[in-house]
Amino acid sequence: MPALHITNPISEQDLLKLRAGDRVLLNGTIYTARDAAHKRMAESLQKGEALPFDIAGQTIYYVGPTPAKPGQVIGSAGPTTSGRMDKYTPALLDLGLKGMIGKGYRSEEVIESMKKNQAVYFAAIGGSGALIAKSIKSMEVMAYGDLGPEAIYKLTIKDFPAVVIIDSEGNDWYKIGKQQFQEQTRNVEKFSSRISE
Amino acid sequence: MCREANFELGQDVVEAFQSALKKETSETGKDILEQLILNADIARSERVPMCQDTGVSVFIVEVGQDCHIAGGSIYDAINEGVKKGYEEGYLRHSIVDHPITREKSKGYNTPSIIHIELVPGDELVIHMSAKGGGSENMSALKMLKPADGLEGIKDYILSIVAQAGPNACPPLVVGVGIGGNFERCAYLAKKSLFRPIGHRSDRPEISELETELMEKINQLGIGPQGMGGNTTALDVKIEIEPCHIAALPVAVNLNCHASRHKEVRI
Ligand code: SF4
Repeated sequence: MPALHITNPISEQDLLKLRAGDRVLLNGTIYTARDAAHKRMAESLQKGEALPFDIAGQTIYYVGPTPAKPGQVIGSAGPTTSGRMDKYTPALLDLGLKGMIGKGYRSEEVIESMKKNQAVYFAAIGGSGALIAKSIKSMEVMAYGDLGPEAIYKLTIKDFPAVVIIDSEGNDWYKIGKQQFQEQTRNVEKFSSRISE
Repeated sequence: MCREANFELGQDVVEAFQSALKKETSETGKDILEQLILNADIARSERVPMCQDTGVSVFIVEVGQDCHIAGGSIYDAINEGVKKGYEEGYLRHSIVDHPITREKSKGYNTPSIIHIELVPGDELVIHMSAKGGGSENMSALKMLKPADGLEGIKDYILSIVAQAGPNACPPLVVGVGIGGNFERCAYLAKKSLFRPIGHRSDRPEISELETELMEKINQLGIGPQGMGGNTTALDVKIEIEPCHIAALPVAVNLNCHASRHKEVRI
């Protein structure tokens, strides 16, 4: 199936039609934020302050790029592990966040909140930062500039490749995709239950 | 060295991608492998890091016991080199000085992790790896019981890979340490990752175990980036050492496909 072209901020129509496993090319405007920026946003919300940008309807990309070389828009810019943001995510979804781009599992709380608030989670290819940088056309600091690579940047993207992992109905491609190819289930659960997360 | 490790993916990894591409049956999986090959090409030709996580630099330095290092500390010399290489190469500074307060380190991407081994001879061999955080975070160690035996070891390794799923950026290189003691076992797992992809252990029974585990891991269905497929691991490496009669430590150190290693011999 060819990749679907999706423009950010994502329209409600697009959002509802996206299904786990869809390959997409993302366009438009997105915002970066990773651990430190999420922590600061959470602190602002706790204090009752406004976020440094209007998050309603927007998409956040979990990334901490390498410094740009002279002449580059951005350095290498692949996704970081999304799970580290899980603690902060439901509050942002309640404020209207609609899209997230990262890599790796999300918690049950995040998936529930995504269903409730109708949001979508995409994965970009972890470790393909040089390739992804090619689809980033502009970058400007939005907030927390002192955080360097961890600041919030506004990015303009063109044909940024990603896959829908969790759709607005809560279907999870990490579960569905794996089941299709699983031949080896023997005893894997035996130790998993004994190892804490 | 640091720059090269981050710009030029080793030929062993590129070849592993290519042979995986031939065997992969998932469409998304193939697509991802193709993009990873393209990504490595861009990084190499434009001299940019293949991944934005340019890692912690981990060194294993083999110092010949007849070799004399003059003019200062070898630890300082290595850290100076890393600082310079990372800063001037536009690589990311990803080290915090304090694990709890999370205060950023003042030395650009240093201190490094440096292991020194004393060996016979008069050579100095420096092995460097730029180790990503995503895959390191999904690594684990467990003190198994001797009664768990070989089957227990296999199940434990499979469970760690299954649990890591997409988070460690598969396709992975799985490094395993068996034996030694608590800290030695973790070091063995790390050390095994310095062996090039495709190189099996010299011990026949371990080499067989590596091949068997590789097959089993690829039957887990996780696939490239955890999106389903039969390329979950590019290789499995195992190092073993003697241990206490009551112990069976097993460590699994996962490495992502951005398996970046360089070596210099002086
Ligand atoms: S796990 Fe490896 S490939 Fe993935 S983001 Fe980290 S360094 Fe890059």
